[in-house]
Amino acid sequence: MSEALRGVVVCHGKLAGALVEAAESISGVTGALVPVSNSGCDRDLLEQRVADAVDGHTAVVFVDLASGSCLFAALNRLRAIPGARVVTGVNLAMLMDFVFHRDLTPEAAAERAAAAGAKAIRIP
Amino acid sequence: MPIVLCRVDDRLIHGQVVVGWGQALGIGRIVLVDDQVAGSDWEQELYRMAVTPEITIEFATVAQGAVALQRWQEDPRRTVVLTGDLDAMAALYRADPVAVHRINLGGIHHRPGRRERLPYLYLTDDELRRLQALEAAGAEVSAQDLPTTPPVSLRSLG
Repeated sequence: MSEALRGVVVCHGKLAGALVEAAESISGVTGALVPVSNSGCDRDLLEQRVADAVDGHTAVVFVDLASGSCLFAALNRLRAIPGARVVTGVNLAMLMDFVFHRDLTPEAAAERAAAAGAKAIRIP
Repeated sequence: MPIVLCRVDDRLIHGQVVVGWGQALGIGRIVLVDDQVAGSDWEQELYRMAVTPEITIEFATVAQGAVALQRWQEDPRRTVVLTGDLDAMAALYRADPVAVHRINLGGIHHRPGRRERLPYLYLTDDELRRLQALEAAGAEVSAQDLPTTPPVSLRSLG
């Protein structure tokens, strides 16, 4: 069996840490997600934080907004890494799906997670 | 009047610029003056994703920007001129001190040798001196990350 995927969550401010903490407390799965904050970073440092968090693993990188510094850092740093995919609009439902499907390819896990995240957006 | 903000921000086009300043100033255009981005179609594509449909985005090298300032100033679109570093903004100021008379320090983050002046603003002593020289030459330099926060004068950053 190949290595389980790593999830890297890249967000503005303290959001990534809070999402990872919540996902771990709900799922009981720890160590699958690595938070990255853009606080205090210029572009180069944020890219380095993303690269350090991926750390050569096959990974899915979850970003909060579909534009801006977090997405730019993720795409710019990961475009040369074939074993990583980026998903925007991260939410808790997306991460919950991901932590239980880390045996998939990055492409398949990213598609699943994106679908789960979108499905969780409702007006009940 | 069409150049409504000249900003130095090492994150270039991001939420504070597009949403924070964009909404407050009703901007119609962002001109990103950066040699690296001006030479990269891929990076330009990413930054185009960052703006709302009502904002157009243009890219220029510092040399191109220096000769385009007058044209941007005469354009009816309310325009933000954005650079990623102080040197680029200083070059634009020297090219057209009227168009770039007010310089906003919006985000310059930590690097070795820089000292924190504000949570979003780190400068070396040499960078501070160069900014003071710009101000002595007639520019109005202040730090302000968002329009909802008060501007901080260069004098109080020392």
